[in-house]
Amino acid sequence: MAGGLPKSSESNTSTYAGLGALLMLPSWVMIGFFLVLPVGLMLVYSFLTKEFRGGVIWEFSLAAYDQFFFDRGLFGDDPPVIEWTYIKIFWRSIWQAGLATFFCLIIGFPTAWFIATRTGANKSIWLFLITIPYWVNLLIRTISMKFLIRDNGPLNEWLLSLGIISDPIHMINTNFAVQLGLFYSYLPFMVLPIYASVERYNFAFSEAAADLYASRLTTLRHIILPFVKPGIIAGCILVFVPSLGAFLAPDLLGGAKNFMIGSLIEEQFKGNAGNWPFGAAVSMILLSMVLVVLTFYARQQSKGGVR
Amino acid sequence: MKKLLKLGASALALTIAASAVHAEGKLSIYHWFEYMPQELLDKFAAEYDVEVTMDTFDSNEAMLTALKAGKMGSYDVTVPGDYMVEIMAGEGLLDTFEPSELSNFGNISPQWVDVSFDPGRHSSIPYQWGTTSFAVNRDVYSGDIQTLAIVFDPPAELQGKINVLDSQGEVIALASIYLGIPQCTSDRDQLRALNDLLQSAKPHWASFGSDTAKDVLVSGDAAVGMIWNGFSAKAREEGANIEYAFPKEGYVVWMDNVVLLKDAPNRDNALKFMNFLLEPENAAAITNYAQYTAGVEGVEGFLDESVKSAPELNPPAGGKGQFIMACSQDVQAVYDKIWTDLKK
Repeated sequence: MAGGLPKSSESNTSTYAGLGALLMLPSWVMIGFFLVLPVGLMLVYSFLTKEFRGGVIWEFSLAAYDQFFFDRGLFGDDPPVIEWTYIKIFWRSIWQAGLATFFCLIIGFPTAWFIATRTGANKSIWLFLITIPYWVNLLIRTISMKFLIRDNGPLNEWLLSLGIISDPIHMINTNFAVQLGLFYSYLPFMVLPIYASVERYNFAFSEAAADLYASRLTTLRHIILPFVKPGIIAGCILVFVPSLGAFLAPDLLGGAKNFMIGSLIEEQFKGNAGNWPFGAAVSMILLSMVLVVLTFYARQQSKGGVR
Repeated sequence: MKKLLKLGASALALTIAASAVHAEGKLSIYHWFEYMPQELLDKFAAEYDVEVTMDTFDSNEAMLTALKAGKMGSYDVTVPGDYMVEIMAGEGLLDTFEPSELSNFGNISPQWVDVSFDPGRHSSIPYQWGTTSFAVNRDVYSGDIQTLAIVFDPPAELQGKINVLDSQGEVIALASIYLGIPQCTSDRDQLRALNDLLQSAKPHWASFGSDTAKDVLVSGDAAVGMIWNGFSAKAREEGANIEYAFPKEGYVVWMDNVVLLKDAPNRDNALKFMNFLLEPENAAAITNYAQYTAGVEGVEGFLDESVKSAPELNPPAGGKGQFIMACSQDVQAVYDKIWTDLKK
């Protein structure tokens, strides 16, 4: 295979000349096998006819997308109106993921700044401390969180014993609990990329700005933030995208009362619904949305490159 | 490249060799979580010199999906609930056997031989049976609990403290029983009433959860929990002051069954295993572990005292249990819509 390729005489790295395609092979196989193939399969399935109790019939059908966008009443024979159910489920997931991203940013940025401005060994210790909780499985950590915040859990008992509250605060099975779970799960994904950006920041810029009578706020807005922006955007994406499909926190801490995108998809495959094409269609719609977010990121990045 | 090809070829040869070894002496089980004591598997493995492997699932529907998505041919037996046996047979996923192939077939309790979901038992044997209703924390509520109104129209003390199973089939079946309408009804007024009932009940529910059904009762997060009888007995043993209800309107009865799968790679061992599970001593070991009830005669002598006397395992005389029915595609579509609307 490699021998068949024309030898590139222009290349100044003659050592690897002609080997390029061969060296790329593993990545192409990986991308093909783990990305293109499954996503392609999903795309195809979303346009097939559903088989009762799971499975597909190999006939083209738009029924899955129709179900997503049009409501035909409880018995399926009313005139179609816009279906808000799934849009609502999407909106709930987006809202919660957005909120989690916001909180992670508010807490994560100062944290990353703090760590990046430590010296020598201290820095490593702080980074190490950030990663420690992640040696434990996410499921275990989420369940532990549930134990901590329940009505008669340690947090409430502590507050009660201090006399700060007179009745336990009800936190379990609320949106607050879901937020707490998402925030706790994904905080390091915000801290680490921002840390990487801040670490490269040359503090002489801040000094120069101060010499030119820039206030601290101005320095932050016009000097620091533009510099660490790639880290912030990367952090936001790393928190937002997994939060969007999260189901552990909503199920365990939120009580699974309302579908999130993740649990809606799961229900199509594992629940009574057994509607594979619809599950595939919802996945495709989610995928398109994530793609839009990532395109936005890529454009931001390329703008940064021009600067 | 040639080297790679050679490597690939030898890897392929290795796999073939490995799969050729297992002609005899293996058994592959697809089973519910927390439903089979390891000691019993070890006992079977030792007695018959068979290497046993087991994977687990957490709902009938999840099991069906996995089998339909390509797991057929890799398992010998699985353990579907009553209605799922009928569905799997309809989908052509089950193999059949003659009762004469199982020497212990006669041990099956007479009431469980000619069952509606497998008349005459040609694909399945009973595993365990039990009921689904709900348990109430007696520290929180001391009133009458023998009615499904506790879940679907709860008294003020219990509102907002209810966990229901995250399972469409069981929630809709119990709601239908409460309303006194037949399961799988296609009557539109009845279906609307069902929808209205669930919509009006949901604000009183704190959470949906199946695998957490026991824990929320033990921890006190929920004062009422829709639950399976054996799970409720375990919660009581773990210290929750709860009482399991047999509501007057009725409750769900279910039976799990060991079925022989089509294309089972080890059919002989599968039949040996099914026969093994019909031994009263072995059936009792499962009952002692899972706290449900065996469908086999002669287990009494092997049961733990606490299991024998557990109130959860002894429905009152005249209790009205119903099996969950497998509905037609049209009705199932309405059920799916009701369920999605409930959780939107």
